[in-house]
Amino acid sequence: MSAPTSERVALARALNMGLRTAMEDDAKVIVMGEDVGRLGGVFRVTDGLQKDFGEHRVLDTPLAESGIIGAAVGLAMRGYRPIAEIQFDGFIFPAFDQIVSQVAKMTYRTQGAFPMPMVIRVPYGGGIGAVEHHSEAPESFFCHIAGLRVVTCSNSQDAFDLLRAAIFCDDPVVFFEPKRRYWEKGVLDTATRNQPRQTPPAGFSSVTRRAGTDVTVVSYGPSMAPVLAAADVAAGEGRSLEVIDLRTLSPLDLDPVVESVRRTGRLVVVSEAPRESSITADIAARVTEEAFYSLAAPVIRVAGFDTPYPPSRLEHHYLPDLDRVLDAVDRALAY
Amino acid sequence: MAADAAAEAAARGAAGVREPTASEVIAGLRATTMDAAVVQLLSPEGVLTPHPDYPLEITGEMLRGLYRDMVLVRRCDREGNALQRQGQLGLWAPLLGQEAAQVGAGRALGENDMAFPSYREHGVAWCRGIDPSALLGIFRGTDHCGWDPKATRFNGYTIVIGNQVLNATGYAMGQRMDGADEATIVFFGDGATSQGDVHEGMVFAAAYDSPVVFYCQNNQWAISQPVDRQSRVPLWERATGYGFPGVRVDGNDVLACLAVTSWALAECRSGNGPVLIEAFTYRMDAHTTSDDPTRYRMADEAEHWKLLDPLERVRVHLSRSGQADAAFFEQVAAEADELAASFRAACRAMPDPPPERVFSHVYSEPHAQLDRQRAEYLEYLAGFADTAGADGRETADSGTGGRR
Repeated sequence: MSAPTSERVALARALNMGLRTAMEDDAKVIVMGEDVGRLGGVFRVTDGLQKDFGEHRVLDTPLAESGIIGAAVGLAMRGYRPIAEIQFDGFIFPAFDQIVSQVAKMTYRTQGAFPMPMVIRVPYGGGIGAVEHHSEAPESFFCHIAGLRVVTCSNSQDAFDLLRAAIFCDDPVVFFEPKRRYWEKGVLDTATRNQPRQTPPAGFSSVTRRAGTDVTVVSYGPSMAPVLAAADVAAGEGRSLEVIDLRTLSPLDLDPVVESVRRTGRLVVVSEAPRESSITADIAARVTEEAFYSLAAPVIRVAGFDTPYPPSRLEHHYLPDLDRVLDAVDRALAY
Repeated sequence: MAADAAAEAAARGAAGVREPTASEVIAGLRATTMDAAVVQLLSPEGVLTPHPDYPLEITGEMLRGLYRDMVLVRRCDREGNALQRQGQLGLWAPLLGQEAAQVGAGRALGENDMAFPSYREHGVAWCRGIDPSALLGIFRGTDHCGWDPKATRFNGYTIVIGNQVLNATGYAMGQRMDGADEATIVFFGDGATSQGDVHEGMVFAAAYDSPVVFYCQNNQWAISQPVDRQSRVPLWERATGYGFPGVRVDGNDVLACLAVTSWALAECRSGNGPVLIEAFTYRMDAHTTSDDPTRYRMADEAEHWKLLDPLERVRVHLSRSGQADAAFFEQVAAEADELAASFRAACRAMPDPPPERVFSHVYSEPHAQLDRQRAEYLEYLAGFADTAGADGRETADSGTGGRR
């Protein structure tokens, strides 16, 4: 790859470079999905890959989500590392049966004889003015299923590193890409591809984006941007927020969150997924279990509403924004 | 008569009456099994007629071997039922009546070919060299897959209807990408043909010329639903819609199943695959031991199919042609007794796995959260050591005993 090792690139481009370098590093890595080849994906994340790696490594598949995932299972059994793209979040449900019944359980069923080194890429979340089924945040469904790893990214460097880590992990990874951040640029150092691989990859752990003392704010993926913006505004008001990016939603690296809450005594969890039975619910429950006596206030959640995703003209009401995060911080501090 | 029946059925359909009578079903099945389109080599009366399109070199040794396979497989299957009735197994999925369909296909497989079963393929497992007692763990609840699916090239049983058809197709895509001289066979039933995954599997297989044989054992019933609830056309004819060959084979004729499957696998290996085979057979027993077929099908239907028994026609042919004598049949029977005894003994001796097994191989890489959960639970169990059984299992099951 001729690209310089450190530059500002869009998140989608970082994902593309992650795919490209992984395909260069391992001939068993293949990309498959609807429109991933000649078109380069509807978001161009797979742009140019078929041209450079051929039709045998970048497969334009029939239009059938269960087919894509079910066939990827067989390819993984055969020793390939398939990266299957589901075109949009709302279309993953036809493949849900295969993901739950086969992808997540093959390793367990066969006691390790057939690992599932598979990545399921899913552009997810709202904020792009799309029609129905194109803006959902279904990550909690997958966090509930043992055997899957669920990963997401909030910036270009993580997009590159986490995607590569997911590809080279022998477990199946559902990789959620924050589609409204695809075009946001960030620094990317591709030299990380040469770092020795770790088990489990260090990139899968939670990371503190900003140190603070008054309130811990936890988020991931597309909501990191409003959270970081809120932390800036709060700082101007004399409030110090500690911001943690989860990056991996399952298994959850919760220790940094618990440690932070022990210091701040307050926790706000932010996600655009509906609130009920969600990843935010799990974080609130577990932090309460593990740090009950450190809490000076209830865990407060800023989430999508418990409604279907609304028509896009209303989505700015639905998606957690800077003001809703600051309001939650105010409520946490009011105790 | 077939034409009259069809006209009558059409009239009934026009009148809005959709359920055929029992006699119509049986008449239809009889008519279909005698249909010239069904590939048959060995008739129910034991008469051997080679098929021009599906050549097979038939020797006495081969016939005796296939007979032995079917007798042993049937015997283990009957023991499976008995063990369930004795409370040794939670469930058993019988294959009675489908021995020829499975042994014929199983014996057609090459060493490197890969097989994806559903959950009734005990006969194919036998042909893959899997000890029948390895099948018991699934039904006893000690394991999800009691054999090494990679080494035996026989995947774990798949319980969700139709899922394995796509997995097999993907595996076959890999075989083709590898340029390997291999093929894949996937087993599913008539009920599965209604599932989207089977359709998608055939679409993918056609799109990528995957070397996969779709082997549908049409045993006429999906639990209580007859095959006419799944399809308005013979299942093998659906292949045309996907653009690859479909063959209907007499599923109670082990030689026909062997010949057609051998041909289909060769087609796949030559790059012409996929192929759909409909093995037209009958489930003589219940869907599983939890099922009661007397609630949905007529006794005379089963009586009719008894005349088509897959073992009897081989036995008759072997006897009449002088390729086997009484001593051979006695020897096979004795072998079956021996296998049955070891099968039963293995079942009763099968220990419950240790509690750690709950947590093993959920992921292929370390998983801190799960490691913690396992450690906590084992520590919790260890706390009962001085008040309950040494292994704490009794306590783990009852959840209270140790505290009293």
